[in-house]
Amino acid sequence: MKNLRKQDEQQSKLDRRSFLQFAGAGAAGLALFAAGCKKDEAMISNPAGVNLGSGDIGILNYAYALEQLEAAFYTKVAAAFYAGITEAERLLLADIRDHEIAHREFFKNALGSNAIPGLEVDFSMINFSSRDSVLATAKAFEDLGVSAYNGAGVLIKDSAYLTLAGKIVSVEARHAALIRDLISNGSFADSEVIDNNGLDKSRLPMEVLSIAAPFIKTKINANDLPKS
Amino acid sequence: MNLLNILEEIEKTDAEVYERISPRRKAMSDFYGFSKKVALASLPFALGSIFKKAYAQNSAADVEGVLQFALTLEYLEAEFYTKGVAAAGLIPSGAALGAITAIRDHENQHVAFLKTALMSMGKTPVNKPVFDFSAGNGSNTGPFANVFSDYDTFLAVAQTFEDTGVRAYKGQAPALIGSGGVLTAALNIHSVEARHAAHIRQMRKARGANVKPWITGKDTGIGAAVQASYDGEELETQAGIKITGINGQTISMSAATEAFDEPLTKAQILAIVDPFIV
Repeated sequence: MKNLRKQDEQQSKLDRRSFLQFAGAGAAGLALFAAGCKKDEAMISNPAGVNLGSGDIGILNYAYALEQLEAAFYTKVAAAFYAGITEAERLLLADIRDHEIAHREFFKNALGSNAIPGLEVDFSMINFSSRDSVLATAKAFEDLGVSAYNGAGVLIKDSAYLTLAGKIVSVEARHAALIRDLISNGSFADSEVIDNNGLDKSRLPMEVLSIAAPFIKTKINANDLPKS
Repeated sequence: MNLLNILEEIEKTDAEVYERISPRRKAMSDFYGFSKKVALASLPFALGSIFKKAYAQNSAADVEGVLQFALTLEYLEAEFYTKGVAAAGLIPSGAALGAITAIRDHENQHVAFLKTALMSMGKTPVNKPVFDFSAGNGSNTGPFANVFSDYDTFLAVAQTFEDTGVRAYKGQAPALIGSGGVLTAALNIHSVEARHAAHIRQMRKARGANVKPWITGKDTGIGAAVQASYDGEELETQAGIKITGINGQTISMSAATEAFDEPLTKAQILAIVDPFIV
């Protein structure tokens, strides 16, 4: 029991560190995400959690989980837009909400009886009345989503699923670019996300889930996902 | 979903499809037996894994072919932006020039990266073609003859190149299954092209074009000259699942088409870029 708790604490420290590295964009963003990381339940891959499954189905459930998170976020954003929002921003964010809902529902139907249940999210660290807070979170989610799909590609065995992931990831990248430009025009593909070879980031599921963990209350078990 | 139609479509390009799915009767009975075990909603996904078994892993020649094809497209983009940035008075200084310069640098990095990848496989990278950015097949009097003197034409061609590039990489991804790092690299370029596309579209919108960062229906926002780059983007259904109004959600036709970008085959892409290559 004691050992387990110690393990938890270590894991929690690890999560916090990787999250801070991930969110290292601007003082406001950093403070926001540091607050988000105080949660000690930021455990990745809890064996007692919702099991994503194995093989391609596991990867699709992983994508479904991320789309649930994004759709829930933009649904809340669009339910009461931040103060001082422009008409142009309102239309763009409503579009993104619809795209993420379409992705979520698509995976739900496509997975059918294999689909994981709806996840409970935790947005307590987001100030939905603040433009800075909403856009910083949107940027983090979109960049994370792009890197998640990019990293999941090699784990997919079936070409039809790979194409479907490809159909979605470029839309996430369009979102990421737009959100970044709303924060700072011209940052759509800056050196924070694009390396010296002109390549975007890719992340493996465990890293992605540890970054997303502070925003997802439901425990997730990703242990059966393909590793290569 | 009509399986027989799908098989007929495949047969048009692959006459041996029935032999690949062999013995055919067993395969068909497998399919029907299999389909009974899965929920109807998950059928579109289940179907893919049956075809997967019929086709072998991609060969090294396939992977090289994808990289040479990608290199050709990156040559096109890199030279386009290099010439655009160099054209005096074309791109307004400040944010616009900064963005186009950043994109130019990415495209040049992609060229260098793909060349390195090919050479590390022991292959010789294809040479850079001679381009005609007016889309005039070498006449330099094509529909975009003023591409390096008119800023709006330049941005329109840029948008087309980026959106087309996204579709090209997407279409090639299945040919890279099993190639490990090559697939990941291609995906990492694919999403950069999409970021570029979104920004160019916002630049055009700021100048009055009726476009969003994403592709609505098969609207070009440019005109008939580039329609082939957008045809097929208007899908309402994905993997047999209707996206409009899905599960009672208010997803419009516009949103349904915007939410998914569509691939193009190598042949489709080559036809699109043909007028630009001398």
